[in-house]
Amino acid sequence: MADQTAKRPVSVPVMADLAARGESPEILFWVGCAGAFDDRYKRVTRAFVRILEHVGVNYAVLGMEESCTGDPAKRAGNEFLFQMQAMTNIATLDGYGIKKVVTACPHCFNTIKNEYPALGGNYEVIHHSTFLQQLINEGKVTAQGGESFKGRRITFHDSCYLGRSNNIYEAPRAVLEVLDADLLEMKRCKTNGLCCGAGGAQMFKDAEPGNKEVNIERTEEALATLDGDADVLMNLRGVESTAPALPAGSDRGGSVIAVACPFCMTMMADGVKNKEREQDVQVFDLAELIASAEGLNA
Amino acid sequence: MHFSIQNLLFLLVALAGFGLFAWQASRIRANVLVGRDRDVSGNVNERLWKTLLVAFGQQKMFKRLTPAFLHLIVYIGFIVINIEVIEIMVDGLFGTHRFLQFLGPLYSALTGTNELLGALVVLAVVAFWWRRNVGGVRRFTGVEMRAWPKLDANIILYVEVVLMGALFLMNAADLKLHQLQGAVLPGAFPISQFLTGLLPDSVGALEVLERVGWWAHIVGILLFLNYLPSSKHFHIILAFPNVYFSRLIPQGQFSNVDSITHEVKAMMDPSYEVPAPATNPDGSVAAPASFGAKDVDDLPWTNLLNAYSCTECGRCTSVCPANLTGKLLSPRKIIMDTRDRLEEKYNAPLIFDPALYGKAAKHDPQEQLDKENHTLLRGYVTPEELWACTTCNACVEACPVNINPLDSILEMRRFLVLEESAAPNSLNVMFSNIENNGAPWAFSPSDRFNWADELFVASKEELGVRS
Repeated sequence: MADQTAKRPVSVPVMADLAARGESPEILFWVGCAGAFDDRYKRVTRAFVRILEHVGVNYAVLGMEESCTGDPAKRAGNEFLFQMQAMTNIATLDGYGIKKVVTACPHCFNTIKNEYPALGGNYEVIHHSTFLQQLINEGKVTAQGGESFKGRRITFHDSCYLGRSNNIYEAPRAVLEVLDADLLEMKRCKTNGLCCGAGGAQMFKDAEPGNKEVNIERTEEALATLDGDADVLMNLRGVESTAPALPAGSDRGGSVIAVACPFCMTMMADGVKNKEREQDVQVFDLAELIASAEGLNA
Repeated sequence: MHFSIQNLLFLLVALAGFGLFAWQASRIRANVLVGRDRDVSGNVNERLWKTLLVAFGQQKMFKRLTPAFLHLIVYIGFIVINIEVIEIMVDGLFGTHRFLQFLGPLYSALTGTNELLGALVVLAVVAFWWRRNVGGVRRFTGVEMRAWPKLDANIILYVEVVLMGALFLMNAADLKLHQLQGAVLPGAFPISQFLTGLLPDSVGALEVLERVGWWAHIVGILLFLNYLPSSKHFHIILAFPNVYFSRLIPQGQFSNVDSITHEVKAMMDPSYEVPAPATNPDGSVAAPASFGAKDVDDLPWTNLLNAYSCTECGRCTSVCPANLTGKLLSPRKIIMDTRDRLEEKYNAPLIFDPALYGKAAKHDPQEQLDKENHTLLRGYVTPEELWACTTCNACVEACPVNINPLDSILEMRRFLVLEESAAPNSLNVMFSNIENNGAPWAFSPSDRFNWADELFVASKEELGVRS
């Protein structure tokens, strides 16, 4: 077991510096606006960098040169602004000869992977859930030596832009499996997953009048899944009413709603706060769970 | 063979039935083709494979087992029983009687299967009726499920029962007729053999009843065929091309607007040559198309085909996060509105004229609708519906015939933003943040890299020390 108290400072490599030295990284870590500005998601960015540092991947970030992919603009209908952003980013990436991009944001992932090629930007784009799965498969990450999640309840909330949009359902679950926790599936999961309510630029506006916020509906499902609350699960809409998956007799304290998207993070964390369950339920990104299981936090 | 006036009459009825249907189909084809171009060429094998799985194989129906099972019975019944329609056509035209009987044991298998399937179809239809009218299935309700869609759904069920009833009447009468005459009717009749007791014992009456059953079955089918173009039941035909032409790209990938690509490229690179604008047949420059969609003819033709392929099952709406939480948005309504508007502006269907029921009937509150302009956007679909969408693709995933409501929602959002500058104010703030700060929030771009300040990693000596 390594000395947990030993720590070293990280100087995150910036692409412009690498280029000045004539170096090129193996991967470009696309941080995304939430990863760079949102206080909560900055912790995910830092956790992911710790993992990159720990396994010794040759990576770099764009730093100040990164700009919004244009996802929220495109989905709100502002195609002009989207394409301006896209072509600016493509010029930056191509200027550095970037081949492989890894990002912790499913919206950035979807946009760069699917919508940039038609505008001339062709890269291998990997979401961090897939990247973490690869590290686990290669034995570079073992989730040993840090916080133990054994016996704790974790339910994974599918991000629409990872799941239905790009058919990535197994990678995040494979990452969670290494934690040796009690993984519970919500009834509305995978292809039937319920949106957190923030996609399609909803993150940046108030919801239209209705009788509930989408994130509350989703949080209630997540909490009922973690609690094994059969009544709530039976009355969920939008799914065939099958028997709810009840958790085994594991410890309810320290339950986790796992996410893999900055918008889902905000919405689910707000939902947990709204339900006054912050005491026993926390919302974590995959990278945070892995970094802390691996004992990388310092 | 006994040629008679009946054969001539049948010929005329069949010609009229198929002719009228062909005319109606051509009008629908014309309606679909008012849409904008969308390239669906290539990938034939992939498209055929998808059609085989999703349309023929009903793959996506099986997300919900009960209706999938019921629907499968009616679907198989429809296909198999229609083999008997071939026999009816030949008998009707050439005066033969049950001409397929030369198949021998195979004919018994065919007629026997038909009867069993017919009985199962009746049971399934009763179950469908119960689910729709009594069972409280939530997705059969909603603002868009007004008088006509509800009536239409039930008419389809009633007609199916009548058609099966005619089949049984024909078989039972024929069977009893042969029994009374001491003859053997070729074929097997596992259901009708129990129905003969209900029929009169007079040969004359049975001959009439057999003819009544025969004519009712085939005339019923021809009438139903001509009802389809006015009904949601048209999906039995259009589901196949609709799936074939549906998108092959990832669901998260939204279309790029090419004209905007040219503009942006020209802005960024002055040497970029924008392609010459499209010209009309007379050589004049065509008016540029609007950005996004205000009316049905601004949508890609595939979206209009979507509208005619919809069977209003409501799976899309039942999984829509906005609809689930009480917002106005209902993906099914967007699709139904598209068809109604298309039939209002262009070729109307024979039986149902949307104007009779009124577009306004489908929107609450109605004061949001633009009463002056009946365009799809604002006349049928309001901005409030469109802005409630989270683009989560649940509706697209749920549709058993690969209809894509999200595509039409995005096209209308584009019109609102790019042609009318009518985005909600908070979204305009987001747009200007992206323009000015390169982020959707009002943060200073110079703070973008602050997350990396004072970052430490626990150092495990044996692992990963970067040089």
